[in-house]
Amino acid sequence: MRRSLLAVLLLCTLASAQASVQAVVQTDVESSAQAKLIGKAAPEFAREDLNGKRVSLAEYRGKVVLLNFWATWCASCVTEIPAFASWQKKYGGQGLQVLGVSMDDDAPPVRALYRKLKVNYPVVMGDEKVGELYGGVLGLPVTYLIDREGRIVRHYQGEVDLKRLKREMRGLLGEP
Amino acid sequence: MKSTFVSGNLNRWAALLMLALLAAIGSTAFAQAGTAAQIPAADQMQPSELAAMLKSAGADKPLVLQVGSHVLYAQAHIPGSEYAGAAAQEAGRKALGERVAKLDRGTLVVLYCGCCPWGKCPNIDPAYKLMKSLGFTRLKVLHIADNFGTDWVDKGYPVDRGR
Repeated sequence: MRRSLLAVLLLCTLASAQASVQAVVQTDVESSAQAKLIGKAAPEFAREDLNGKRVSLAEYRGKVVLLNFWATWCASCVTEIPAFASWQKKYGGQGLQVLGVSMDDDAPPVRALYRKLKVNYPVVMGDEKVGELYGGVLGLPVTYLIDREGRIVRHYQGEVDLKRLKREMRGLLGEP
Repeated sequence: MKSTFVSGNLNRWAALLMLALLAAIGSTAFAQAGTAAQIPAADQMQPSELAAMLKSAGADKPLVLQVGSHVLYAQAHIPGSEYAGAAAQEAGRKALGERVAKLDRGTLVVLYCGCCPWGKCPNIDPAYKLMKSLGFTRLKVLHIADNFGTDWVDKGYPVDRGR
């Protein structure tokens, strides 16, 4: 009995280790054009969000912005959204602003998922112009952390390590 | 009595752990179902091979079809390739089917997407299956390991922009 218990534990550990390695590999993939934006002013863009309200990145100056490019058909993207929504709720008062840019071709599936996941931050529809401003968004998800002065300080290609992103986001907010 | 109690608890823990393990294996299998992971290696093509094929004069030029996001295609795509619809969606598969309907089934066709890492792409496997079901015999799928930006654009292979 103990042997089978140990075998099961070992298999669980191996499965979990494999998943961790996969996550790290994806996070470390860098797009050169996107990485070159680090340290530079975040390119300005303005769009209407899904509720018809005009959203301009410049309006968020003074806040820490988590800019997330995603799409409804991207499983990794959808996995991240509940965490971002919970951070918006928890850290919004301390100056965090999450902004989603959907790279879907059409808005209806985005609206449906927005409602289903009860997203509490603005989501705008992206296009090739916004994508090119941010180094070419040629794979999803892509996430940028922008400091209170409007500078890009971090870039993540692929599904993020949420713990690492949260730590870096809290650092920018001045959280201990 | 005590030993029976301990043994019973151990059995329960083992059963729970086994259930957890089965759930983990099941979710991995579910995540891979309908993804590029099922496409035979013989039907895959590496970006370097396609780049060389497109560059060489007089070679058998393939019809290259992008079967993913139109927004991503508009930012950068393989020169000469056509946008054929996101094959994860029914409308995309319909558009792809219409595009290839009149083609000779022996036409060399290369499908690509690159929206997501190879094992997570929602478009490439449905596109591959559709083309196979239509009888295309010289079908290749571009193996894009991470995404089109990293595995094509950043490698310095040629790109065009626009819709």
